Amino acid sequence: MSAIDLPYQIEPHPVTGVTSGKLGIWLFLASEVMLFGSLFSSYVLLRVGSGMEFWPSGVEAGLNVPIGTFNTMVLIGSSVTMVMSWASLKMNKLGAFKGYFATTIFLGALFLVVKAFEYSDKFSHGVFPWVGWPEAGDPSTFYALYFTLTGLHALHVLLGILPNLWLLVFGVAMWETDRERFTGRIEIAGLYWHFVDLVWIFLFPVLYLL
Amino acid sequence: MRNTRHWGLTMSDSHDELNFWRKYVFSTDHKTIGIQYGITALVFLFFGFSLMMMMRWQLAYPGQAIPIIGALLGDTFVNRGAMLPEFYNQLGAMHGTIMVFMGIVPLAVGAFGNFVVPLQIGAADMAFPRLNMMSYQAFVIGGVIMLLSFLAPGGAASSGWTSYAPLSDIATSGQTWWLIGMIFLIFSSLLGAINFIVTIIHLRAEGMTFFRLPFFVWSQLVTAFLLLLAFPALQAAAVFQLMDRLAGTSFFLPSGLVVGGEASAAVGGGSPLLWQHLFWFLAHPEVYVLILPGMGIVAEVIAINTRKPLWGYRSMVYSLVFLGFMSFCVWAHHMFLTGMGTTMSTFFQITTMIISIPSVIILSCLVISLWGGSIRFPVPMLFALAFLPMFGIGGLTGLPLGLAVPDVYLHDSYYVIGHFHYVVAPGTIFAMFAGIYHWYPKATGRAMNESLGKLHFWLSFIFMNGIFMPMMFEGMAGVSRRLFNPEVYNTGLGAHGLTVISSWSAWCLALSQLPFIYNFFASMRKKERAEENPWQATTLEWATPTPPPHGNFPSPPVVERGPYEYSVPGAASDFSPQAVKQGV
Repeated sequence: MSAIDLPYQIEPHPVTGVTSGKLGIWLFLASEVMLFGSLFSSYVLLRVGSGMEFWPSGVEAGLNVPIGTFNTMVLIGSSVTMVMSWASLKMNKLGAFKGYFATTIFLGALFLVVKAFEYSDKFSHGVFPWVGWPEAGDPSTFYALYFTLTGLHALHVLLGILPNLWLLVFGVAMWETDRERFTGRIEIAGLYWHFVDLVWIFLFPVLYLL
Repeated sequence: MRNTRHWGLTMSDSHDELNFWRKYVFSTDHKTIGIQYGITALVFLFFGFSLMMMMRWQLAYPGQAIPIIGALLGDTFVNRGAMLPEFYNQLGAMHGTIMVFMGIVPLAVGAFGNFVVPLQIGAADMAFPRLNMMSYQAFVIGGVIMLLSFLAPGGAASSGWTSYAPLSDIATSGQTWWLIGMIFLIFSSLLGAINFIVTIIHLRAEGMTFFRLPFFVWSQLVTAFLLLLAFPALQAAAVFQLMDRLAGTSFFLPSGLVVGGEASAAVGGGSPLLWQHLFWFLAHPEVYVLILPGMGIVAEVIAINTRKPLWGYRSMVYSLVFLGFMSFCVWAHHMFLTGMGTTMSTFFQITTMIISIPSVIILSCLVISLWGGSIRFPVPMLFALAFLPMFGIGGLTGLPLGLAVPDVYLHDSYYVIGHFHYVVAPGTIFAMFAGIYHWYPKATGRAMNESLGKLHFWLSFIFMNGIFMPMMFEGMAGVSRRLFNPEVYNTGLGAHGLTVISSWSAWCLALSQLPFIYNFFASMRKKERAEENPWQATTLEWATPTPPPHGNFPSPPVVERGPYEYSVPGAASDFSPQAVKQGV
C-alpha cells in the first residue's frame, strides 16, 4: 500500500552494519530479554522468599527429566536446521532450504506436542497451576511458575512456527523476485527462533534440575 | 545493486489512488498515523480529565449529589446522585491509567514522535510503516477495552493506576479488563519503540550526523529505549496477575491472607512486594517517558523563538542519555513505605539524588538559552516558557520525596499528587500544547488563532496552578490522598478550603480548554494558508512543502550544519537551515 521504498531494507547501514529489519529484531529480542529477565527474577524472588525448605526441586515435584531432556534436544536440533536453511539460501540451494526449514517447523511442532503430553500428564495427576506444592509443608508457587513460564515459552514457540509456515508456503515466492531480501527474512526468523531456543535452555535447568 | 535512495521516483505514483479507508483509517504514512494518535490521545486526555472533575466534586462537597451528571449515572455508580465509594475508586484508577498510558504517552510519542521525527531527520517515512499502523491499532484496541471496562460487573479497575496487589488480585472483573487492555497498550508501545529506534539510527538523511540531530529527536530516541526495555517488566507482572485472577495461582497473594475478616481461599506463597517491584521497574522509566518528549519540544520552541542556539546542546544530550540509563536504577524510591529495609532505601535514595543532576542540567541549559536572546512570544513560546518554572516546581518538590525520612510523612498525602502533577500536567501537557501550536501550521497548512491561543494559555496557566499549588499545602497539613471522604478524620480538616479552591480550578480549567478546542477545529477551515516556514526555523521539517506530501521531501535533503544555527554572524538571514541544497 505504501509505495515508498525505504533505504537499508537490503543493504546494511554503515553505522550499525545491519539492515533495518535485523536491527528491529535485535531490539525486539532486547525487550524479550527484559520480559524473560523479569520472569526469571520473579522466580528467584518467589523462591528465596518462600523459605528454601518449602521449595521442591523439579524431580521432587514430579517433572520428568528424560522427557525434558528430549525436548531440549528437539529444540536445539531445530536451531541447527534453522541455520542450515539460512546457509542453503546463501548457497542458492532453494530445495535444501525448503527441506531444512520444514524440519525446523516440524521440530518446533514436535516440541509443543511433547509439552502438551507433559501438561496433560500433570493434569491427570491433579496438578494444576493453582495447587501450589502442599507436600512440602507450606504452599509454594512452584507449579504456578512452571505452568506460567513454560506456557509463555510455548506461546513464543507457536508464534515462531506460524510466521515460519507462512514464509515456507507463501513468503518463499519472494525468492524469485528479491533473493537477498528473502534471505534476510529467513535470517530474522532464525534470530527469533534461536532466542526462543535459548530461553528454553535457561528454563529447562531452572525448572527441571534445580 | 539496487539504489536504495530512489524514493523520490516511487512516491509520486502512489498517493492519488488511495481510497478513504487506506488514506485516513488504515494509513501507513507516519504523518497520518501521528495525527490519528494525536486526536485519539487528546480525546482520551479530556475523558480522563472528566473523570477527575467528578472526583473533585466528591472531595470538595463530600456526599452531596453531583450536579447534572449525578442524575445520568446508574445505580451502580451513584446513590441518589451522590458518588459511591466504589465508583470513586474506579475513577481514581482509570484517571491515572487513561492520562498516563492512553493520553500523554500516545500524544508525546505516538503523535509528536511519529509526525515530527521522520521529518526532522529527513526521512521519507518510519522504518517500518506497517508496524507503525499496527501499533496505532493496538493502542486503539487497548484503549477501547479500558473504556468498556466501566461496563463490567463491579465496574472498571479500582485498585489505583498502580494496581497494587493483593488488592488488585481480589478486585472485581474490571481489573482483568484493565490487564488485558494494558497488554495491548504495552504491545503498541513496544512496536512503536522499535520503529523509532531503527528510524532514527538508520533513516537519517545524508549529512545528518548524531550531533546534528535536533534535541527533540534525541529525546524521542532515549524515550524509545525506555519504552523498549522497561515495559516488559509490566508485561511480566500483568501475566502473573492474570494468572492469579484467572488460573487461581497466588504469585502476589501471601500465605495466611485475610480478606474482609475471613481467611482467603488462595494457596498463598506469593509476594505482594513483587508486584510493586515489577510495576515500578516500568513506571519509573515511564515518568521519564512522560517528560523527555516534552523537554524535546520545549527545546525546539525555545531555540526558534530566542533566535539563538540552544545553550549547551551537547551537555543536554549527554544528560539525556545518562537520565535514560539512571531511570532504571531508582524505581524503589516509590516504595520507601513498604518496609523493604534501610539498606535498600539507602541505595535508592542515592540513585535518586544522582538522577536529579541531569534533569537540573537540562533545565538550566534551557533557562540559560533565554539569556541575551531576542525573544518572540508566539503562543507556543508562552507554553514553553511556562514549562520551565512548572517543571522546576515539580522537580524540586520531588527531592523531599526521594529521601526516605520526609517521604514517610509526605508519601500518602496530597503533596505527592501535587508534586507529580506539576511535572506532568503544567509540565508535560504545557509542552504538548506548545508542540500543537508550533507544528499545527506544518500539519494542516493553516495557522492557529493567536488571540484565542493566548486566552487559552493564560487561563490554563492560572487554573493549573490553582489546582496543584493548594495540594502541596494540603499534603503538608496531613490530608491523605487515599480518602473517599476527606471529612472522616480530623487531620487536615482546616485545609478543606484549599480542596474547594482546587476543585473549582479544575472545573475552570475545563472551561479554559474551550478556546483551544474551537481554535483547533476552526483554524483548519481558514482560507488563508500558512507559510511553509512561519517561525523561520532551521530544522528539516520546515524545509518540506506544507502540508508534507506522502514521502515528505521532493528529493532527499542533504544536511550541512547543526540544528540550531540562529543569528550566525555574517549569515544572510538570522537562521541558516540545516539543508540548503537538495540532493538529486
